[in-house]
Amino acid sequence: MIRFSNVSKQYPGGIEALRQINLHIEEGAMAFVTGRSGAGKSSLLRLIALIERHTRGQIIINNQNLERVRGRRVPLFRRNIGFMFQDHRLLHDRTVFDNVSLPLVIAGARHQDIVKRTHAALDKVGLLHKEKAYPVALSGGEQQRVGIARAVVHRPALLLADEPTGNLDPALSWEIMQLFEQFNQVGVTILLASHDLDMIKRMRKRIITLRMGRILDQGRDDEK
Amino acid sequence: MKNRFIGKGKSERREKPRSRRGGASRRRYFGERIKDGGKVWLLQHMQAAVFSFGQLARNPFGSIMTIAVIGIALALPAGFYLILDNTQRVASGFDTTLQIATYLKLDTSAERAAHLAAELRADEAIGAVEYISRDEALSEFRERSGFSDAIDALRDNPLPALLLVQPAGNARDTAAYNNLLKRLRGMPEVDQADFDHQWLQRLQAIIETVQRAVLVLSVVLGMAVLLIVGNTIRLGIFNRRAEIEITKLFGATDAFIQRPFLYTGFWYGLLGAIFAWLLITAAVLFLRGPVQDLASLYASDYRLRAASLLQLLALFGCGVGLGLAGSWIAVQRHIKAIEPA
Repeated sequence: MIRFSNVSKQYPGGIEALRQINLHIEEGAMAFVTGRSGAGKSSLLRLIALIERHTRGQIIINNQNLERVRGRRVPLFRRNIGFMFQDHRLLHDRTVFDNVSLPLVIAGARHQDIVKRTHAALDKVGLLHKEKAYPVALSGGEQQRVGIARAVVHRPALLLADEPTGNLDPALSWEIMQLFEQFNQVGVTILLASHDLDMIKRMRKRIITLRMGRILDQGRDDEK
Repeated sequence: MKNRFIGKGKSERREKPRSRRGGASRRRYFGERIKDGGKVWLLQHMQAAVFSFGQLARNPFGSIMTIAVIGIALALPAGFYLILDNTQRVASGFDTTLQIATYLKLDTSAERAAHLAAELRADEAIGAVEYISRDEALSEFRERSGFSDAIDALRDNPLPALLLVQPAGNARDTAAYNNLLKRLRGMPEVDQADFDHQWLQRLQAIIETVQRAVLVLSVVLGMAVLLIVGNTIRLGIFNRRAEIEITKLFGATDAFIQRPFLYTGFWYGLLGAIFAWLLITAAVLFLRGPVQDLASLYASDYRLRAASLLQLLALFGCGVGLGLAGSWIAVQRHIKAIEPA
């Protein structure tokens, strides 16, 4: 699903965020990326989402070479990825339903499909009863669950999450992690950046450790 | 789950399902999309139109201010145009061909007058000559003036014979006209010669000048509308930066993101044009009474005319066109620049 070969990312000004990354995450896997702030966790996710471009090496996502995904192909490529953020990034002037249905509206789904799938996604995160609420009326954990619902509503092949539990207490974080695991069990490949080592160790999944832009530890599924 | 990434299509509608194992509902979902491609496109446009109108309605004060400014900017040239149109109608109520009324001396005999008319007709500087003899002039005057009894009491016919000389050639060639006038005045039989309806010619010239001025004004105010809409949309884009970033991250095409902004420009233009129309209609109604009074003083049943359907369509077309163009410029400049971070 994800394959990095000798990937480097250099920002203008000479700062190297990632150096010579070799990484393979197979389809259906769930993996964590960890490391200190500035180790390159976010950069790694941003390269996959094409928010930034790598400067050297090759990235292949689901048999697609990212070098060739340019211009109008970028939006279509992104429709198969779900995103989650630490600050959830919900739209405050829209209801929970409208926030969650956004990826489906973008893809031009039919109205009936939008309603059905949005309800299913909200039901899965236990927030169906809040569909008409606005994000500000929700607690931090609820907002994050809305973010998850939005990230999976269009059934992406790959889910990228950047510090999804960064603002939550341990109990809530664990709940969110359980949700991720459930989605992983139905086949979604998940790559999750987090610095909460204690928690991700309890998840018993592959952990990729970065330091200063290099891979320190490939985790137990290491195949390189 | 292989090949669930879609990277082939060049546009939204050319997207094809490459998945065979992607789940039945997913396959159906994309299958329907291809079949209903046009319907989806139409639906997305309607959604964008309704959504952008709703956004204007949610901020009524700001929207009305912008619409009023656009309306005034449109109403000014449109109003001037309407005034010109009405003035031209005054002028076109008359025969606008320039004639020289040539009055012959009273002692000119009828044969001599007829002969002169024939002579003038042969002149190549002259297009046509209408000869009105003294008797004809008298009977016409008798009919029109209502003084028939008084005229009957006269021993001699006091009216001169009249030659209405229509010059040949271009009406703008004033030098040739004046030459002809001088020649006619120099003839021994001619008592008096003058341009008829010369004021109409002058009015025409004034109208043409004002027309140019209105055109310049229209262009300047049209540009103002363009800038107003463009700037308003630009601010709207910056206010919704977060939303644009998120939608881009979830795979929205530029076309999808642009659409509501373009429709906002469309609404501004259309509503501004409607506002302009209301202003003009109010002004016409306000002026109609005094204009009618003035016309009645000139024994005319002239009435100020409001904008015709065609003129209204032109006004709305200009409004919508400028609104769309303004938002298009803003969208092209600013939406591409926003990338998810």
